[in-house]
Amino acid sequence: MARAKWLIPTIYIIFLMLPIYWLVSMSFKTTNEILGSFTLWPQNFTLENYRTIFTDPTWYNGYINSIIYVTINTVLSVTVALPAAYAFSRYRFLGDKHLFFWLLTNRMAPAAVFALPFFQLYSAIGIFDTHLAVALAHTLFNVPLAVWILEGFMSGVPKQLDETAYVDGYSFPAFFVKIFIPTIAAGVGVAAFFCFMFSWVELLLAKTLTAVAAKPIAATMTKTASSSGYELGLLAAAGTLTIIPGAIVIYFVRNYIAKGFALGRV
Amino acid sequence: MNKTVNQKAWFFVAPVLILVAFNAIVPLMTVVNYSVQETFGDNVFFWAGLRWFEEILRSPRFHDALGRQLFFTGTILAIEVPLGVIIALAMPRKGPWVSVCLVLMAMPLLIPWNVVGAMWNIFGLPELGLLGKTLNTIGFDYNYTRQPGDAWFTLILMDVWHWTSLVVLLAYAGLVSIPDAYYQAARIDGASSWAIFRYIQLPKMKRVLTIAVLLRFMDSFNIYTEPSVLTGGGPGNSTTLLSIDLVKIALGQFDLGPAAAMSLIYFLVILLFSWIFYTAMTRGEEQ
Repeated sequence: MARAKWLIPTIYIIFLMLPIYWLVSMSFKTTNEILGSFTLWPQNFTLENYRTIFTDPTWYNGYINSIIYVTINTVLSVTVALPAAYAFSRYRFLGDKHLFFWLLTNRMAPAAVFALPFFQLYSAIGIFDTHLAVALAHTLFNVPLAVWILEGFMSGVPKQLDETAYVDGYSFPAFFVKIFIPTIAAGVGVAAFFCFMFSWVELLLAKTLTAVAAKPIAATMTKTASSSGYELGLLAAAGTLTIIPGAIVIYFVRNYIAKGFALGRV
Repeated sequence: MNKTVNQKAWFFVAPVLILVAFNAIVPLMTVVNYSVQETFGDNVFFWAGLRWFEEILRSPRFHDALGRQLFFTGTILAIEVPLGVIIALAMPRKGPWVSVCLVLMAMPLLIPWNVVGAMWNIFGLPELGLLGKTLNTIGFDYNYTRQPGDAWFTLILMDVWHWTSLVVLLAYAGLVSIPDAYYQAARIDGASSWAIFRYIQLPKMKRVLTIAVLLRFMDSFNIYTEPSVLTGGGPGNSTTLLSIDLVKIALGQFDLGPAAAMSLIYFLVILLFSWIFYTAMTRGEEQ
């Protein structure tokens, strides 16, 4: 029993990798091979699908757009969340608990409910089809998340740290930037990672709020899927490329990722 | 931690408040506004009172979508939570394999949701996909675009694939936070592995598992992109969950009133359940 324990995670990981393998292997096949016969791995290995993506601006601009709005969103969310999380972790104030729950309710809001009002609101203030629009819309669920995670990490830092710093003559801003933020650097990293992640994977709002100039890669994919019929190889290649940024950032936070999902509360 | 009372803390919270209020309150009021009015286009609106709410609450279409939604959420919770705990218990605690496991398991969580849908769409194709071809070769008559049962099977398998890792990661984080001394004491007492699980590991995992259930509940109730790419709600209406139905009414038919009323009812259902979970969770924290 104890010796066969490694089997369970192994089987689970194989199950996780199978659909990914299928996507990646399909991206190296020619359309003829995909539609013609069932093959477990590419018989006529081709990079044609990737060449199309890297040379056609409608494709690679999708990636650039996605990365721009995800970055804006991450920076914005973490910056505003830092002082708020500090307040929640250190002070009691009128309505703090209600406010905390209200923030959480925004994490619960179905994107489908907000799609149309967001479209109207952002059109009215003239930022429809900009990177800023998507970045702002994604703060709806990322700011509450960042506040939650950071508050969890900050509550783990003893209050004596703050008090010692005041005794040493630090002003609050100096203490916050020079001492406190470096202390919870891991928490900031995790919060940034989660903002990146949820902004990267979301599509409904990103698609609704963009037309041409800021169109995300995911939307380019759905359009290709419906308009040009069965270009599965191209679709698979585009899908494979969307996995790579996630795989890279995950490596950096691997030791903290679980703590982040537990909202800093383990 | 004992916190000091300080009303000036509101200044720290203000940026978040302004940003989220702008994003949440304005759209929410727009929805409320639509939900009590009727329009025939041209931006002309008539007062409709609570008519849309009554209509939605009585409509079989909403009942069916809600029923499917509850079935979906219930099923994936019943599979993902126990499975996640089992996998977390079997994972190595130390050594180089820990990082390998964590990185590989977290992979599905970082794939854009429509790519997840597209990936399973391709994976399940009866003639071209690995899953579909395998099932058909070993004798099942599998076709998720035609048979509702197969569509549900694929949908649930996809969600298990996509999100079980979240439960694994949380449960694992809870497990590694248990000090070795607990296990040593249990060994001295001659506790069985079931007793260790029941009286040491499970209580330590309680809080993280509550978070896991809360997150999985909220996200599975909001799920839109993956099923809409995988099955588009079909065949027929058999996998039309609440979000898919809502988008069909709001953006497809442009019936703003009923769509808004449905949005609010939908949101209230999530709010109610989440409040129950949240209360349970914070009560655990205070003890």
